[in-house]
Amino acid sequence: MSMTRGRNDDGASPPRKVARAAAFGAAALGFGVPAGANTSNGYNLPPGVTSLSRDIYTLHMEVFWVCVAIAVVVFGVMIYALVKFRHSQGAIPDTTLVHSTKVEIIWTIIPVVILVGMAIPAAKTILFMEDTRNSELSIRVTGYQWKWQYQYMDAGEGVDFFSTLARDSNFARQLHSGIDPKTVSNYLLEVDKPLVIPSGTKVRLLLTSQDVIHAWWVPDFGAKRSAIPGFVNELWFRVDPGKEGIYRGQCAALCGRDHGFMPIVVDVRTPDDFKKWVEEQKAAVKQAAAQDAAPPPTAQVLSN
Amino acid sequence: MANAYGDTAHHDHHHDDHHDQPATGIKRWLFATNHKDIGTMYLVFSLIMFFIGGAMAMVIRAELFQPGLQLVDPVFFNQMTTNHALIMIFGAVMPAFVGLANWMIPLQIGAPDMALPRMNNFSFWILPFAFTLLLSTLFVPGGMVAGGWTLYPPLSLQTGDSFPMLIFAIHMMGISSIMGAINVIVTIMNMRAPGMNLLKMPLFAWSWLITAYLLIAVMPVLAGAVTMLLTDHFFKTSFFNAAGGGDPVMFEHIFWFFGHPEVYIMVLPAFGIISEILPTFSRKPLFGATSMIYAIASIAFLSFIVWGHHMFVDGMPLAAQLFYMMATMLIAVPTGVKVFNWTATMWRGSLSFEPPMLFAIAFLFLFSIGGFSGLMLAIVPVDFQYNQTYFVVAHFHYVLVPGAIFGIMAGVYYWLPKWTGHMYSMGLAKTHFWLSAIFVNVLFFPQHFLGLAGMPRRIPDYAVQFTDWNMVSSIGGFAFGLSQILFAIVIVQSIRGGKQATAQVWEGTHPTGLEWTLSSPPPYHSFTTAPQIP
Repeated sequence: MSMTRGRNDDGASPPRKVARAAAFGAAALGFGVPAGANTSNGYNLPPGVTSLSRDIYTLHMEVFWVCVAIAVVVFGVMIYALVKFRHSQGAIPDTTLVHSTKVEIIWTIIPVVILVGMAIPAAKTILFMEDTRNSELSIRVTGYQWKWQYQYMDAGEGVDFFSTLARDSNFARQLHSGIDPKTVSNYLLEVDKPLVIPSGTKVRLLLTSQDVIHAWWVPDFGAKRSAIPGFVNELWFRVDPGKEGIYRGQCAALCGRDHGFMPIVVDVRTPDDFKKWVEEQKAAVKQAAAQDAAPPPTAQVLSN
Repeated sequence: MANAYGDTAHHDHHHDDHHDQPATGIKRWLFATNHKDIGTMYLVFSLIMFFIGGAMAMVIRAELFQPGLQLVDPVFFNQMTTNHALIMIFGAVMPAFVGLANWMIPLQIGAPDMALPRMNNFSFWILPFAFTLLLSTLFVPGGMVAGGWTLYPPLSLQTGDSFPMLIFAIHMMGISSIMGAINVIVTIMNMRAPGMNLLKMPLFAWSWLITAYLLIAVMPVLAGAVTMLLTDHFFKTSFFNAAGGGDPVMFEHIFWFFGHPEVYIMVLPAFGIISEILPTFSRKPLFGATSMIYAIASIAFLSFIVWGHHMFVDGMPLAAQLFYMMATMLIAVPTGVKVFNWTATMWRGSLSFEPPMLFAIAFLFLFSIGGFSGLMLAIVPVDFQYNQTYFVVAHFHYVLVPGAIFGIMAGVYYWLPKWTGHMYSMGLAKTHFWLSAIFVNVLFFPQHFLGLAGMPRRIPDYAVQFTDWNMVSSIGGFAFGLSQILFAIVIVQSIRGGKQATAQVWEGTHPTGLEWTLSSPPPYHSFTTAPQIP
């Protein structure tokens, strides 16, 4: 479909393209492969690229199929009754059928058993999800109206920047802009400076906010948590090695006028590439500091 | 119409003569103390609000028809989502149920009127003022409230001049609801006809008795929450202000302690209505009537201990996550019992498909779909993906539109001839049903896909991969919205005239309940002599 035009060349590395194609070849069922939500097929949750996101996907599908099975049985009985016991077909009502303790106990107990069966794997996943110990890289994420700030700790100490909606999306999204969103690369899902993280590493985010409540969400990581002023929420994920690439998400808590316009873009790199990136960032910080110390050249303001 | 209210029952209170006939003109409505007149006003008010709230939904769906901003700016969009919710919840669904309660509870329990008629008048007449105040915020600097109907601080504290107006409006709505609830409880407890013990009471009255307790329990909680917002905004308190030592998450706890029972306030009376209609058109008594009552009571109890499931992503201790997940899943058990009992009511019945029955059957199927997605949302790890997406929007609209609103429509189509004395156009009503039942799915089913694919809720514009489903949803929305005009036409036609309805209205079916022993329309004072209960 036309919606995928120009949307797959977002700098994805070849292995990821192959993986994506393999996993979602079937997704071409008339919906195309949407670019932003990297592993979603356009009508279902993405299995994602972390063990947590896959656990969530499995749980989601299990619960979904259980619901489908219940629906087939219950709706089947209803439809049978609607067809079979029609007044117009001369059905005679059985007015004695008003109560049956046995049947009522059965249809109370069966749902309890099904629910317990759902709750156990769900509880296991919660325990896994909440285990934020032994993280290897911590990043402080602060929500603002309407941008994200990323401050690295541990190996990235000193790297600190803001991430805002990309300029071409920002132009196109203005009321009566006259720009067709389909012509904008990754419309509303592109930022000026993405969060960069290493693959295969347990990354812990420490989320807070400077103004109102925001929520940081990247569907492919199975990671969503609110950023609340006065609170620090924790969230972790470890992107599978070999799944390097660009992953996208959006703010998931109504945060005012531009709630729809503060996307999240995560650039997952190999640990070596990540190290290089950190060094570059630190060098840039040092250079900026040195320039600040030196008398400012008059042209500086313009060249920014 | 005045003749229709001629009181045929014998009475010897001559000084009360002026109560036997409705007053004429505007006085009849302004000074109304008659449960039927007040019920009618509630229902008409709610229908007006349904169209105003619906118009806001049309703005939302029009803007979301395609990516990019074409019609409204993001602030106005947020005003529409926020006020669509406030008006539909507090203006359309809740007053409609109070209207049905006013009309039907005295008729069902064999009482002449509601127990507290003057309070009844007051509780209705607060509402037009409350909603005029709320709607007038469209014209104040800063516009309407735009922080979502959940009013989470700190965002809601950024609201302009409309903020104190909203809070005053919510207080008025709360007072109205509490008075309405008190009236229902007092009426049911004191005015049942001799011999009508509680277990013989019809399910609609039962569902309202339990709903009324929920209302009294939680409306003051909402009032407290919004008052704290008000003092945070204007009097420098810091209940929810982190910088002053307050706690924004505390608001969410207080709000949802109100908000979750509120969900059941909006659906339990619908359960009652469905439990009245299915037996009638199945020509067979309700299956497991006693367990239906216990199921409603269990759901009401559980509704108080599950509020945390709205807040999983806001950070919650592990034990709390497990508790709220399991308590929420538990609600599926009594809800399941209800659905199974309704199905068993139709089983070996003799079904005919008049408009109220059609809406009741659609309720059965579509409310169950909302129940399934609710069960999925209860699973904490998966909720982290669903929360704040269109999946949630789809879920609660399935519960509220084909749930609560189809329940109300089923009730209106069921009792309308009883109220007006005229049969309505079955063909038009069935057309309204089929259009509604088809387009409600076109409108809301694709929103499941949007949410799963990653579209957050409450956004005015979206990434291009969400275009197709949004277009489908918007088309469904416009068609659903237009179909509702038929509903208004059927009602107006039935008020104006039509084939005279008999006392039993649904001839050849199995309607049970005292309301069918009275003429259509019933006398102005329903039961001046208490009926005999077998």
